[in-house]
Amino acid sequence: MNQQPSLEYPPPKIGQRQLRLLARLCQACAVSGDEGEVRAIVLEQIRPLADKVWVDAIGNVLAIREGRGQPRLRVMLAAHMDEVGFMLTSDEGKGFYRFEVVGGVDVSHLPGKAVYIGRDHIPGVIGTKPVHLVKGDELRQRIPLESLRIDVGPSNDKRVKIGDRATFATPFTRLGPSLRAKALDDRLGVAALIELFRHAPANIDLLAAFTVQEEVGLRGAKVAAYALEPHLAIVLDSTPANDLPSWDAPRCFSPSDFRENARYNTRLGAGPAIYVADYATLSDPRLVRLFIETAESHRLPYQIRQPGGGGTDAGAIHKQREGIPSVSVSTPTRYLHTAASLARLEDWSNLIALVHAVLCALSPQVLSVER
Amino acid sequence: MHLLTHLKTLITTAGLSGDENPIAEELLKSWSPWVDEVHRSRIGSLHALKRGSLPEPRPKVMVAAHMDSIGLMVTEVVDGFLRVTAIGGLDARLLPGQLVTVHARRELAGVVVQPPDHLLPDELAGKVVPLDHLFVDVGLLPSQVERLVRVGDRISFAQPPMELGKDFLAGHSLDNRASAAALTLCLEELQGRELKWDFWAVATAQEEETLGGAATSAYQLRPDLAVAVDVIFGDGPGTPDYLAHPLGSGVALGWGANVHPALFSAFRELAERLEIPWKMEPLPRHSGTDAFAMQVAAEGIPTMVVYIPLRYMHSAVELVCLKDIARAARLLAEFVTQLDEHFLSRITWDE
Repeated sequence: MNQQPSLEYPPPKIGQRQLRLLARLCQACAVSGDEGEVRAIVLEQIRPLADKVWVDAIGNVLAIREGRGQPRLRVMLAAHMDEVGFMLTSDEGKGFYRFEVVGGVDVSHLPGKAVYIGRDHIPGVIGTKPVHLVKGDELRQRIPLESLRIDVGPSNDKRVKIGDRATFATPFTRLGPSLRAKALDDRLGVAALIELFRHAPANIDLLAAFTVQEEVGLRGAKVAAYALEPHLAIVLDSTPANDLPSWDAPRCFSPSDFRENARYNTRLGAGPAIYVADYATLSDPRLVRLFIETAESHRLPYQIRQPGGGGTDAGAIHKQREGIPSVSVSTPTRYLHTAASLARLEDWSNLIALVHAVLCALSPQVLSVER
Repeated sequence: MHLLTHLKTLITTAGLSGDENPIAEELLKSWSPWVDEVHRSRIGSLHALKRGSLPEPRPKVMVAAHMDSIGLMVTEVVDGFLRVTAIGGLDARLLPGQLVTVHARRELAGVVVQPPDHLLPDELAGKVVPLDHLFVDVGLLPSQVERLVRVGDRISFAQPPMELGKDFLAGHSLDNRASAAALTLCLEELQGRELKWDFWAVATAQEEETLGGAATSAYQLRPDLAVAVDVIFGDGPGTPDYLAHPLGSGVALGWGANVHPALFSAFRELAERLEIPWKMEPLPRHSGTDAFAMQVAAEGIPTMVVYIPLRYMHSAVELVCLKDIARAARLLAEFVTQLDEHFLSRITWDE
């Protein structure tokens, strides 16, 4: 029988309480630079558990939970609190506002959406010209951002102002084995980090970084890693699952006739996604090996994220100070940065179980071998 | 009746063109206390009669608001994803990321998906993705989807209603549940009043596709006058000012080939007498409403159109002003109340 060190420190269980917290986090509005609403939830959850907790100069929540015994690794776990969204940029009167996007938002996902503006979640809509008035070729042209407005209605005209942030107004919903919500990127990581902090194993010092401004350039993680000065870092994020059928004309008669989708990045239901390389980071191979071996010894599903574009907070963390061995692990998520992203509950709970098992297995020996 | 609550109920009740049962049942429940008789037509419209007092054969007026809404329909199930087509007039550019409900063997929540460029034909890179290249994802395993979803299942929009401050409601299907709510309010206002004419309040089926409900209800009920209640372009980005009816500015009265000019005059005079703000909506062609079908039912019927301004028509975030709905309701209630034994003699073509 395998020796399972994690049994010493029971892993988090994912139930209704954890899902309610995830729902609260997803429905909070925390566009990059304005993370206050999520920060408040994080502080409320983390304070009773932490040996030390503070909010740093740019808004990161940093928290330390110390282990017991010597020697111990200082392990940084990071998840970003911010989400993509909008900022009101011009008041055109009668409740109409021009806006800009914050972070990587595809403008083709904006027409016809409901939004919440500011800390008070003032409702608004992004409306467009009625289809009845759209002429001929216009239907085949993308609607540019310049022609879109956020409309809060004539009577709420003065309840919002230029500079306010806005997010999609999407309720958190269970879809059978899946979850549908806005901002699963990266509230899945934030909620996972809270659970892992709650169940921190005592063989390490756990240094939690709930970071700001990931979506606008990994800025919170940079200073968080400097301040925490960890031996190694693990980043919890969401990564695209592009596991859709591929279009292949002429179309044939059964799904098997579709061209294989070879660029899926990750697949829903195939387990947490371990990063070997993205555009910002080459993961530390010792940590990648540890994740894979731990997953296999614990019979937890995992997948290797297809190497390529994208980036996580690890991109800023691994180059901090003299260098910090880093790896990212993500919940595969469809439709990131849109009004309604979609993830599989079991991928998320398996991610939490896997990271917990890895934390339990961490010892200074892991880093004593050469990369 | 509380108008906001009623309207929220109406827009969160399903009822896509050709499958109006849920919304028809909801309206039947709302209208039953105020009417003498109610039934469904063969094609699915809801007919509710408030009986008049003139001796038989009594003249009849029909006021029609279509109850069906636009949406999608499943055309194919591929690896657990649904390919779809449109019910009613949709702009595919508004669909990516929309919340939907699939009316399968049970109701399934889902989202409309725009695949990334590399999974689309090369010629679509950077372009608008047409409807037949979009998917609906219900988040279930492919085996579950195969078991639950059939080609032909209907799909409703599911963005929850949102109050934009006092008197304004945003949501899908306000076209034309705003008018259905106006009819409810009209029936309520008529409570305790004696009508001379028979008044048929009708929630028509299939307006967004075929006008089949209005055509058959007008034939069956054979009214002496018919009024369509529908929505008209509100003021909003992309709608030119000369076409726009500002929200909260009152009702619009249709004028054109689908409208009998004497009936238009009667409505105009009434609106002015009641001090209900109104604007003319010139209709150089098709009124875009049930009036088009009712006017040519049987031997022909003098027809009128009353409009309620609505922003962002045929989107999931249509926006209306409750005051305009209440004004339309009052205008209709006063109109049917003032109909008397002499009224029809005014509806002529004598120049």
